[in-house]
Amino acid sequence: MSPNFAAFLYLTSGILFILALRGLSSPETSRQGNLFGILGMTIAIIVTFLTIGSFSKGFIYVVIFLLIGGMIGSIIAFKISMTAMPQLVAGFHSLVGLSAVLVAISAFLKPDVFNLGTVGNIKTASLIEMSLGASIGAITFSGSVIAFLKLQGIMSGSPIVFKGQHILNGLIGILIAASIVYLGMSQIPQLFWILILISFLVGFLLIIPIGGADMPVVISMLNSYSGWAAAGIGFTLENTALIITGALVGSSGAILSYIMCKGMNRSFFNVILGGFGATDDTDSINIEKRPVKSGNAEDAAFLMKNASSVIVVPGYGMAVAQAQHVLREMVDSLKKNGIKVSYAIHPVAGRMPGHMNVLLAEANVPYDEVFELDDINNDFANTDVAFVIGANDVTNPVAKTDPQSPIYGMPILDVEKCKSVLFVKRSLSPGYAGIDNELFYRDNTLMLFADAKKMTENIVKKLN
Amino acid sequence: MEIDPFIFRLSIFVLSIFIGYYVVWSVTPSLHTPLMSITNAISSVIIVGAIIASLAGGNNSNFEISNIFGFFAILLASINIFGGFLVTQRMLQMYKKKKKK
Repeated sequence: MSPNFAAFLYLTSGILFILALRGLSSPETSRQGNLFGILGMTIAIIVTFLTIGSFSKGFIYVVIFLLIGGMIGSIIAFKISMTAMPQLVAGFHSLVGLSAVLVAISAFLKPDVFNLGTVGNIKTASLIEMSLGASIGAITFSGSVIAFLKLQGIMSGSPIVFKGQHILNGLIGILIAASIVYLGMSQIPQLFWILILISFLVGFLLIIPIGGADMPVVISMLNSYSGWAAAGIGFTLENTALIITGALVGSSGAILSYIMCKGMNRSFFNVILGGFGATDDTDSINIEKRPVKSGNAEDAAFLMKNASSVIVVPGYGMAVAQAQHVLREMVDSLKKNGIKVSYAIHPVAGRMPGHMNVLLAEANVPYDEVFELDDINNDFANTDVAFVIGANDVTNPVAKTDPQSPIYGMPILDVEKCKSVLFVKRSLSPGYAGIDNELFYRDNTLMLFADAKKMTENIVKKLN
Repeated sequence: MEIDPFIFRLSIFVLSIFIGYYVVWSVTPSLHTPLMSITNAISSVIIVGAIIASLAGGNNSNFEISNIFGFFAILLASINIFGGFLVTQRMLQMYKKKKKK
């Protein structure tokens, strides 16, 4: 195949990837979007084979590795539970990162194959591009591995901080930039390996200080990095499909990080520098013991049965307890009683963007009953009962009232405006931000201390 | 003086960032998780580089270290391609509208 025609087809697959993302603007068109993505990928792979042309012995191995990888991927995709989606995505990011590193290494060892010059005399621009790709890829890899371990619970989700952390990261960052520049000028091969090693290290160091509830930002950021790494390799290989895809993925991840940061009213750097919630231990110890009203499933069932409207506010606790299915059953019985029920989702609820929406979709909740913060927040005032299941900080009115609070300015769901609020929670413990939620102590609040799933099951029994 | 082809690639890159910016803002928030899994899948188009790397060197019967890296990259990228698209499909199948009574 002529290089020009191949380039045209790579452009086509790039466009198909754009259409794939475009499809996600609504659930109806989304499935078609995914098919566009698959088509784009198929075209890119076939074109690559045809461009190489010679079907040597290696070709069989390519197919074998492709099929083994495909099988592993398919098994994972079918077996994975929806609650494990954040760690799956983190794991997948690490694979993109590592393959970017491997491709860059391969191009570094055999530049002639990629038309980049010869060993020891690689074109400066190409060398810088592949170093960038390799470095960002390595950061993506080690960062995603840490994110995966934290989300999977293998590693503690609490931030790991030590003295001089930021200075160390800053120095490594400067070191990376300097070695890329110097590598481009000097072509010293050892620098390339050192660069990859310190990039692995900085990815690791960047993610360990970040705590569990900040994971939505981290996952989005790593998503973005995996895109920039792909773009770096795309420049090296002079491949349009990779450049377009890298740019799309890079900006997509960046936008998601921005949305997540805004959902917490924190700056990106504040999140990345990490250690949130670990710094104000002193405050959480001094929480005064105030009386709360606690109730059981029967009280909750009674309250909701006599309401005319209920808004459900799910949070990470629902995911942990896998309570989404029984929650939908509860809502179904409420609806049978003629009660209007909708769901309210905070942008940072859960551990990744859109986490709650996927879980509710899994439980067959129609997506037109699920609302985003801006769309539903005014409705709380006209609602009888808010059923908060596994969420805490995102409902805390202190975000509006107390400028001293670490979550001040964070947009919250106004559950306080409901006539009564039900909190399903295991204990009175403060949320991730380490601050007390004064809603717990209000007269119109009823605390339901139990595992989210068990409590909801009991409510369903009482409702029927 | 001729324009360096790099500039053209850079132009494609910059324009694609803009396209990405506008397209992603139009993605509905409820589909943000599928958005992440699909961007994950498409960024595995890096397999293109992996295939070239693994087949580098033509018909030699012995693989070199750069080929081995290529094969490994193919393995990783294809896990991602199949896993990413399939899990996206699985998620998207679940998004349903209210049944009309």
